[in-house]
Amino acid sequence: MDTQTPQLHFRPDPVDPDLGDLRVKSRDFASLFFTGLTGVATWLIIALLAVILGNILYHGWDTLSWRFITSNSDEDMFDVNRAGVLPMIVGTTARIFLMTLFVLPIGVITAIYLTEYAKRTTVLTRIIRGAVNNLAGVPSIVFGLFGLGFFISFVGGSMDQFLRAENADPLWGKPAILWASLTLAVMTLPVMIVATEESLRAIPPGLREGSLALGATKLQTIWKIVLPQALPGILTGGILSVSRAAGEVAPILFTGAAYYMSGYPRALTDQFMDLGYHVYILSTQSPNIEQTRPILYSTVLVLLLLTFTLNFVAILIRARMRRQMRALH
Amino acid sequence: MTPPDTTPPAAFEWRSIQRGRRLRPLEWLVERGIFAVSLSAIVMVFLIFLFVAREALPILFGRMDSSVAQEQMTVEEMKALPEAEQARLVDMSLRDFREEDPETIELLLEVKAEEMQTIPDDPDIGANTVSWRYLVFPHQWTGYDQPEYIWQPVSQIHKYNIVPLFIGSLKATLVALLFAVPFSLGAAIYVSQLAAPRTRELLKPVIEMLAGIPSVVLGFFALIVMASVLQDFFGYQSRLNALVAGLALGIAIIPVVFSIAEDALTSVPRSYTQAALALGSSKWQAAWRVVLPAAIPGVFAAVVLGFGRAIGETMIVLMASGNASILSWDPLDSVRTVTATIAAELAETVFGGHHYRMLFLLGTLLFAVTFVANLVADVVIHRLKKRLEGLA
Repeated sequence: MDTQTPQLHFRPDPVDPDLGDLRVKSRDFASLFFTGLTGVATWLIIALLAVILGNILYHGWDTLSWRFITSNSDEDMFDVNRAGVLPMIVGTTARIFLMTLFVLPIGVITAIYLTEYAKRTTVLTRIIRGAVNNLAGVPSIVFGLFGLGFFISFVGGSMDQFLRAENADPLWGKPAILWASLTLAVMTLPVMIVATEESLRAIPPGLREGSLALGATKLQTIWKIVLPQALPGILTGGILSVSRAAGEVAPILFTGAAYYMSGYPRALTDQFMDLGYHVYILSTQSPNIEQTRPILYSTVLVLLLLTFTLNFVAILIRARMRRQMRALH
Repeated sequence: MTPPDTTPPAAFEWRSIQRGRRLRPLEWLVERGIFAVSLSAIVMVFLIFLFVAREALPILFGRMDSSVAQEQMTVEEMKALPEAEQARLVDMSLRDFREEDPETIELLLEVKAEEMQTIPDDPDIGANTVSWRYLVFPHQWTGYDQPEYIWQPVSQIHKYNIVPLFIGSLKATLVALLFAVPFSLGAAIYVSQLAAPRTRELLKPVIEMLAGIPSVVLGFFALIVMASVLQDFFGYQSRLNALVAGLALGIAIIPVVFSIAEDALTSVPRSYTQAALALGSSKWQAAWRVVLPAAIPGVFAAVVLGFGRAIGETMIVLMASGNASILSWDPLDSVRTVTATIAAELAETVFGGHHYRMLFLLGTLLFAVTFVANLVADVVIHRLKKRLEGLA
């Protein structure tokens, strides 16, 4: 008799054995039916997405012209032939750029603390994580109220009182692009933190240990080894927060968006026109909704192009990052 | 049975390393700084609550009086009153009142005096409508047949009953959940358990793309397209109603519910499914009877988060709900939600006045509701993950 132990032939087991590879035949009708049902639910959601995007693309494409994108609407913003969205594009871009300046450093530093320093089990770590998750779920309109109550009337009001007490009319204590950007920065902080954390976690511990072994301090390791490696992830986080913020209207309703203004915001204390807010104005304040429908659709299309381009770039970077991570581990 | 392997991952040792080789004062300082900044999320949640609630405090403590006028006075009589009284008469805080120039004050007092003389003969005129009694209970207003819940801040007598607004919010949210939960759950089960890996890699980002559509665009779509299509189909009366707003809200929360539920289902150890399949069950049976029950707290958390997101969503309901505060449970009636009320009315209020403070009170209540929802979901997910990690 053969004494050799029988060789069991397993497929080389990947770290994450994938169930999708398993082909199990459904034997009963119920299984087939419900599998089909969940599949239908999935594809219906995708169909819904396709319908929304298709509808906007179809109706918005006609009036979307170079002139529409590059002219402002000094004459009449409800006039189909003369309205343009340049001031709104400039306003939205400016406010998300400003926002990035605030949210990027704070988000990255918080993520560094959470991944590199915080012990996973302490109460404080739990509370920080809980706060981040909770911040992500605060209604956008509450951020608007917060921006008004904190940034404009408290911070701005105090600045007016101390810096320009002799001047009666407020400079800082009124809606402005600065306050809108700060409000949005608070709102998108969780997006930034979570994305950065993910990319920091993806870096193999061996790199850190190697650096320490060569005599670097922990901070040097983070600054010179960990952060450069995590850059794509940080970028993704930045882009995701920007795309989230680009379409938000509720937080800027009271903190800086203007119904109409001529010219562009030139100072931090100026108000601004905004793409999303303009969509709201065009769809609810238009004197003749049928006539203004083409510019409404085109404005929506411009807004969507802006947010989706950003999202798409973020998804691409993230997908590449995940592949690299799988390869490294 | 051997105890589960609880060796911590390598990252654990890295975290416990304090400072590497040398201890430099500058680095110590920087690390303290990193720690301080990392508290920003906690500070922000705290500040949000503090500063939104701060504006609502006078109402909470009963220091605000919205009664139209108690007596008739001339401007001279008013000026003889102490400053605090005068400030109250013109709806200003004492600080603002002191900073305002005397001419404006005189003008405001004149307006007030005139207002006092034109008070109609209404028994409700002296009612302080921002006290709790009027905020939550129905009141027999003059000219109405029976006690009613009414939100009507811009009328001679400011009626601030918050019940119709919260019912409106709940109505739209309920429609949204009824629509979104079955779809997102089905999709989550399909994507995480049943689909082939190649399909899954494709489906997940596509569904998540739905989250990239700004809510103002969904509101626009609901207002311009969905409202007409649904009205043609069902043939109901008011074009904008809780159904339209709720369905659009549903679209907005599908990616939220889907992501969390999918994440929970995926975090159930593979060994569960493998064991079920080895015992001869089909993939659906394994998903439905083994994986789903194990992940059910996560599914619950997904629904709770979806609820929180839907009740706090602003632009969609502002644009597609019709914004009439009618107290009814009929989804085909127009609704006015808490969020839409804040967004629509805040710009018209007097800074620091009772209407302004009422809207901040609504914001505070809304924050409280979503805070509890988020907290519950966070705790549930955390426990589930811990349990599943221990079992894996």
